[in-house]
Amino acid sequence: MSKIIASAAIRGAYKIVGQAEEKWQQAMDKWGANEPVGFPNTAYYLPVIYGILGEKVEKLGDMERILKRCKALLPPPVREEHPLPYLAPALDAGMATFFAEEIIEAIRYLEQPDFYLKGEDVTDEKIWLGAADDVIMRKRGIEFVDGTAPGFAAILGAAPTKEIAAQIAQELQQKNIYVFMAADYNGKRFAEQLVEAGVQIGWPTRLVSFGPDITSAVFAMGFATRAALSFGGIEPGDYRKVLIYNKDRIFAFAMPLGFVTDEWYANAAGAINFGFPTIADTPIPEVLPTGITTYEHVVSNIPHDQIVAKAIEVRGLKVTVAEVPIPVAFGPAFEGERVRGDDIYLEAGGGRTPMVEWVTSKRMEEVEDGKIEVIGPEITDVPPGSQLPLAIAVEVAGRNMQEDYEPILERQIHHLINYAQGLMHIGQRDIAWLRVSKQAVEKGFKLSHIGTILHAKLHQDFGRIFDKMQVKLYTEEDKVREIVEKAKAVYAARDARIEGMTDETTEIYYSCTLCQSFAPSHVCVISPERTGLCGSYNWMDCKAAYEINPTGPNQPVPKGECLDPKLGRWKGVDEFVTKASRGKIDHYYFYSIVHDPMTTCGCCECIAAILPLCNGVMTVNREYTGDTPCGMKFTTLAGTIGGGVSTPGFVGHGKYNITQRKFLIGDGGLLRMVWMPKMLKEEIGERLKVRAEEMGVPNLLEMIADETIGVTEEEILPFLQEKGHPALSMEPILG
Amino acid sequence: MAEEKEAKSIDQATVDMIEKATQDGVRIVFERAEAIKPCPIGAEGSCCSLCAMGPCRVPMPKGKEETPEEKKKRTGVCGATAETIAARYFTRKIAAGAAAHGDHGRRVVEAFLLAARGESADFQVKDEQKLLQLALDLGVEIGDRSNNEIAIDIGEKLMEEFGKQEGELLFLKRAPLKRQEIWRKQGVAPRGIDREVVEIMHRTHMGVDQDYQNLLRQGTRAALADGWGGSMIATELQDILFGTPAPVLSQINLGVLKEDEVNFIIHGHEPHLAEMLAVAAQDPEMIEYAKSKGAKGINLAGMCCTANEILMRHGVPIAGNFLQQELAIVTGAVEAMVVDVQCIMQGLTEVASCYHTKIITTDPRARIEGATHMEFDERNAMASAKAILRAVIDNYPNRGKNVRIPSHKTDLIAGFSHETINYLLGGLFRASYRPLNENIINGRIRGVAGVVGCNNVRVTHDDIHVTLVKELIKNDVLVLETGCAAMACAKAGLMVPEAAKEYAGEGLASVCEAVGIPPVLHLGACIDNSRILMAATAMVKDGGLGDDISDLPAAGAAPEWMSEKAISIGEYFVASGVYTVFGVNWPTIGSKEVTDYLFKDYEEKYGGMWAFEPDPLKMAQLMIAHIDKKRKALGIDKARERILYDMAMRRELEAV
Repeated sequence: MSKIIASAAIRGAYKIVGQAEEKWQQAMDKWGANEPVGFPNTAYYLPVIYGILGEKVEKLGDMERILKRCKALLPPPVREEHPLPYLAPALDAGMATFFAEEIIEAIRYLEQPDFYLKGEDVTDEKIWLGAADDVIMRKRGIEFVDGTAPGFAAILGAAPTKEIAAQIAQELQQKNIYVFMAADYNGKRFAEQLVEAGVQIGWPTRLVSFGPDITSAVFAMGFATRAALSFGGIEPGDYRKVLIYNKDRIFAFAMPLGFVTDEWYANAAGAINFGFPTIADTPIPEVLPTGITTYEHVVSNIPHDQIVAKAIEVRGLKVTVAEVPIPVAFGPAFEGERVRGDDIYLEAGGGRTPMVEWVTSKRMEEVEDGKIEVIGPEITDVPPGSQLPLAIAVEVAGRNMQEDYEPILERQIHHLINYAQGLMHIGQRDIAWLRVSKQAVEKGFKLSHIGTILHAKLHQDFGRIFDKMQVKLYTEEDKVREIVEKAKAVYAARDARIEGMTDETTEIYYSCTLCQSFAPSHVCVISPERTGLCGSYNWMDCKAAYEINPTGPNQPVPKGECLDPKLGRWKGVDEFVTKASRGKIDHYYFYSIVHDPMTTCGCCECIAAILPLCNGVMTVNREYTGDTPCGMKFTTLAGTIGGGVSTPGFVGHGKYNITQRKFLIGDGGLLRMVWMPKMLKEEIGERLKVRAEEMGVPNLLEMIADETIGVTEEEILPFLQEKGHPALSMEPILG
Repeated sequence: MAEEKEAKSIDQATVDMIEKATQDGVRIVFERAEAIKPCPIGAEGSCCSLCAMGPCRVPMPKGKEETPEEKKKRTGVCGATAETIAARYFTRKIAAGAAAHGDHGRRVVEAFLLAARGESADFQVKDEQKLLQLALDLGVEIGDRSNNEIAIDIGEKLMEEFGKQEGELLFLKRAPLKRQEIWRKQGVAPRGIDREVVEIMHRTHMGVDQDYQNLLRQGTRAALADGWGGSMIATELQDILFGTPAPVLSQINLGVLKEDEVNFIIHGHEPHLAEMLAVAAQDPEMIEYAKSKGAKGINLAGMCCTANEILMRHGVPIAGNFLQQELAIVTGAVEAMVVDVQCIMQGLTEVASCYHTKIITTDPRARIEGATHMEFDERNAMASAKAILRAVIDNYPNRGKNVRIPSHKTDLIAGFSHETINYLLGGLFRASYRPLNENIINGRIRGVAGVVGCNNVRVTHDDIHVTLVKELIKNDVLVLETGCAAMACAKAGLMVPEAAKEYAGEGLASVCEAVGIPPVLHLGACIDNSRILMAATAMVKDGGLGDDISDLPAAGAAPEWMSEKAISIGEYFVASGVYTVFGVNWPTIGSKEVTDYLFKDYEEKYGGMWAFEPDPLKMAQLMIAHIDKKRKALGIDKARERILYDMAMRRELEAV
């Protein structure tokens, strides 16, 4: 910290803490100490305060304690001549700044409940998204965990022009980095510049417009803090661990654009506590010695065309970006982009035209690597607003290629096409749906580029399992229909084969420690009948991943001697888990919620909980934000069981797993299910019916309560009794 | 022997006051040193006066090689070899130094227990956090117990350390594990503080231990009982009683004396009385009393290590270091010099007799003929401090006309305890030694040096300190200081943050600028050298710089040493793994074997070894060469590639 920076940061902290006090006093006068305060739908209260100080701010009155802590943290101003050491006081002042900013923002939520949007998207009228709720945090958190989002940039202020803003944003997007935006410079804001430049902003495109003021920058820190608590399994208040976790694992940095005010410095000083350096475009003093951050603390005066590269280097981040030779930008950040109405140049599938995607194996001599054919009209042959039938047939060959890998490759098509800027893809197989925007076509995008993308990316990610690949894109209806028929037969055969696999007949399970970058003691072990709790990995995926990367996070686990067939426990699995969890967990049961259930990193799709009164279990999916009969919302549940601990009575699982034969079978299986959110019932209803019928209770779905029946055990019990739910007559779940 | 020096001091205030002393016809240390030259045989450790058959002088022949026969004949009456004689005296110096620090520590424990038991209303537990930390370290139960209950257990446990006969001192466990193993393997882990000193006195008595290596081994054991025993106990409990130091701005040199206020100087080493006087001097009643005597106020200033104690904790200005004690009186502006123990020259009373200054002794262990004795009663600490202060104020009307206060004074920042350094490097939430280690690893900081010790009238006052330290910081070595060494550098302006830019190399300066610290850090009194041991241990424990203190790119020096305490300190640093260079002269030169053993063989045994070099620039080169040797061994002598982390590397990280 240079003297100038420390002095400014401390001044800034005084201002922000002063502002918080003033706002708090006014709010107290108006609402009183018992008025509830908080950010929407979160189990982490005001997250920085909760994570660092371990203090739950639930009411206005609770803020008094925090403001006292802030003031105690504020050091005396830095003397001009012979200053006392200022680094540590400035860092402390930075933390006080964050606490004060959370107070200011929480009061804003109280005073102006509609100031910020809810959800992930901006609207035409409003662009400020405010605090990320826990649904967003967990959904996006997975991307941080699996590496599709290696970090975030907290941008303050504005670029000199909207074009430069768009260029910086796109460069960050291409590097897969989230962009969190706050504050203004000379009345201009980066997020507004992007909108003006026609860039889609919002969580789906990773361009997150948190808020208009500097105080909104604290939402980025709240996101980071919650990652440590929810994925790192760190206890609230264990501030040192929260901060070191962030330094080691969350590759974030601050990028102030424009004049750095005292308040910005205060935020930058706070961010340094988290190991997040500052990379500025103005000639502020630099702080090059390392220590609190991994490398330099403050680097300044970086030209805009170099600032992203510099930031990544200073943060010590390795980003490997595949070069895909297409005329539009490409990367996960563009996955969430929408193509709507007037912007559509070409549309295929989605019920409008037939569309199908199909990966199939061929003999080596049948495939010419890199050959891309468009059979029928190209995009350039049709006018804007056209619709075309489309079949994407990917033909692969190679010594290591197996039929089982075809669906794995096929499933990549969805997100890979989506990664291209200006393309939107929904669905898969013969229910796929594609839109290509006018902007993309203007830049020169053609259908053949879909082949280019698939060839480049599939080779890069799956090169070990095939040697050659060619892509055929059919746009003539009769050809497309022909492919659809062939593909459908293959889909049916595949499904039957996967369905036929059982845990009993499979000797090798697979581990998944992908999340250990975030949850160092968590280990998933995935069997054919217990797919990964995040919903992303089934047994076959893991097998392929192991083939692709033999030293990677998916390793074969010979299950060994069966120690408990009913609850699902094997010697080989126990041994693996002990080692891979670094001794934290020495066993768990695959098929039980009652007895030492499997751990979760925190990114599970659903969490099941025992409902003792109903003698059954409930489960809740991540998207459902309401109350549940176990007394906890999803996010509270996830906070309780995440971070790699085994918590009897609760278990994280994937949505698909609910209808797998082994789902909680040790405790009675699916017939124990007494409550699910309505949206989940709808989503998996068809499969659930099939499985229920198999279990001899064809109308089980109708017996399962949801929030329309009640959100407490007492409320749903009469319903279950009336329906004659099988769980009620099963042996006591808590034996 | 150091060569004949030219100037008496590099400090202008000192030079001015030496001149005034000459004008006033007052005999001071600088003049006495000219009259009496050091005994050349004693200086090299070749004179044995242990029994009445001697004294026997066994000096090494000068200017020619000694034949084996001649060497055989060079013994005392009893047959004691030059080796035995040199080792005996060296070891006895350690005993005296360790005894001084041990006895200081014992008095602190006594005061601590008085406070804990409520028997002295004026002493209380001030630093609760450190109390609890110490309780954890010592395995003292905390539970729901009051601070005083915990403190009683701590005090009693530490008091036992002095008289303990078996086992090991408790604080040895604070050292890196590898270091503890070395001590056990070499048989030098001290059993009890007093026992090791007594055993030296026995073993160096006529006709007992006559194997120089065995003698030195016991010397090491006693020295460790000083550094990891008496000294460390003193520092820890002083911090709990009077507060752990935190950075504070103050001033140093004779210019801190004031024309129109009651000037009184507290001189010596123990902080209890000084703490009380610092409070008493601010008491409105006392200030009123001073005004009634015609003064505008009360000006307390420190001298020697007592000065360091109250500087570190209260920012009380310092009048000067060891060689300036008489000169403070020569200003004619000092009403009284209140002294306790250690480094108080007997010449003070003679100098004082030429002015109105009173010398007030306060400790029953240290009385001086011709001084006023007013014993400090710890049970009635404040009353007793006030009585002393009244006597001081009463002397103000006697101040004569012959007053000249030098204008020289320099600003300094002091107050760097090892706990504070930990905080300063990362703030409340990220406190650690990590940034220091990181910047050593990346080469911005080349290494760390501890420069400590006294003034010695046989060399130009302050010159060796300042020249050495400037050279070290110029070469990016961060310097930690205590005692009179710290004062020398403070007077030279090296202890303000601005000094980094002016004197330090680019790398060190950038770190100083980042943290806001001077390139030379003041860690306290000479008893507080234990803080340097703790800081070194903290660096080892933080990782990346080896697993023992001897692996650190670090070195120590006492460039202007004179007291036996310095030898004890040096020995415990060496035995803790630190390469340590002394200036002025070397007390075992009379025996090549003993000197080689200390300078060379020690490295294999302890990882640290002694060296002697009177020239400050050469001394710096030796220290830097050692630091570079350690950097090379650690593999941090070359620039390292920046590591960029991908997801797989993050997964490999251990949980925090």
